[in-house]
Amino acid sequence: MKLKEIFVTSAFRENSVWRQILGICSALAVTNLMMNSLIMGLGVIFSLALSGFTISLLRNWTPRSVRMMVQTLVIASYVIMVDIFLKAYLPDISKQLGPYVGLIITNCILMGRAEAFASQNKPFESMIDGIGAGLGYTLVLLVIGFIRELFGFGSIFGIKVLGAWWTNWSIMVMAPSAFFILALLIWFINVKYYKAKV
Amino acid sequence: MDISAFVLFWAAIFTSNILLTNFLGMCSYLSVSREVESSFGLGIAVMFVLTVTAALNWLVYNYVLVPFNIVYLQFIVFIIVIAAFVQFLELVIERYVPALYYTLGIFLPLITVNCAIFGVSLFMVIRDYSFLQSIAFGAGSGLGWLLAILMLAAIRRKLKEKLVPTGLQGVGISLIITGIMALAFVGFSGIVQIQ
Repeated sequence: MKLKEIFVTSAFRENSVWRQILGICSALAVTNLMMNSLIMGLGVIFSLALSGFTISLLRNWTPRSVRMMVQTLVIASYVIMVDIFLKAYLPDISKQLGPYVGLIITNCILMGRAEAFASQNKPFESMIDGIGAGLGYTLVLLVIGFIRELFGFGSIFGIKVLGAWWTNWSIMVMAPSAFFILALLIWFINVKYYKAKV
Repeated sequence: MDISAFVLFWAAIFTSNILLTNFLGMCSYLSVSREVESSFGLGIAVMFVLTVTAALNWLVYNYVLVPFNIVYLQFIVFIIVIAAFVQFLELVIERYVPALYYTLGIFLPLITVNCAIFGVSLFMVIRDYSFLQSIAFGAGSGLGWLLAILMLAAIRRKLKEKLVPTGLQGVGISLIITGIMALAFVGFSGIVQIQ
């Protein structure tokens, strides 16, 4: 399979969030601000790409019976790096993201890609697959984050775009809106790209 | 934190429900909620494992990680504790209560990757709970999760005979129902604050 093919498949055609319904937890939790979504997305891309690479390197030496444990440990080590990095350089965002950085470990996308792709393919291809899946995930986060921040705070990346006349929709900051927006996004994509009937 | 464990227990169920306000444990929540019976089984298993692992991880964190100054390893250690406990539980149930094993056993491997379990342990560290508070928070969160998945399963059973747009079937409609449930739970939020 060509690299471009792998990338497009994991980023869009088989996108983890809208197609496979994986990694919903963090997609809903961190999207109240776009900045948080972006940092979270970058963290996921980093851990996905490198854990895919490492797991693929180890795939011929990992006994099948303990492979889940090995995969989890590899993923956990990269997530710890992300967490330490954020704590050191972006303490404010690290505080806002709270436990959700650590929860990248149990994010089903990482285990899913490790199991479905990295444990059967070459290291470099697995890395491309990881970057693709991570970008697809980041894209969804940014779309949800854009809607929630625009209507909830009248701003984008913390910069006010809607004037003083704008009344913030407080529901957009609260939990329910995340569920509604994700549902509508999935609906829209199903109708538009997978030819489901309205 | 100076909230009593009792208050924390109720707060974890209603005002800061682990699923409806913190979005944890969504994967198994969406995939298992097709049947009421299996939802109940998984919910009970989650509740039990949550309560025990919150206690275990509190002990490990405060008596192993902090004294030896290896707090940065907390993610790996918590995951291992959870996985080991679930494995152990599976063996015990299989050996002594085979009847329970056939109803609950299939859900146990699912629990290791349920982010609610891991999330509660992380919240416990971040919010600096005491031992008793951790247990109360774990039990309350588990009960809250059970409540949420049971409600969704019950609604989805009714939904089977209804016409839903094809693009929205399955996950889409479940998310919308969950959103409405979350909206209802926002109504509790004035009672107590635990953030």
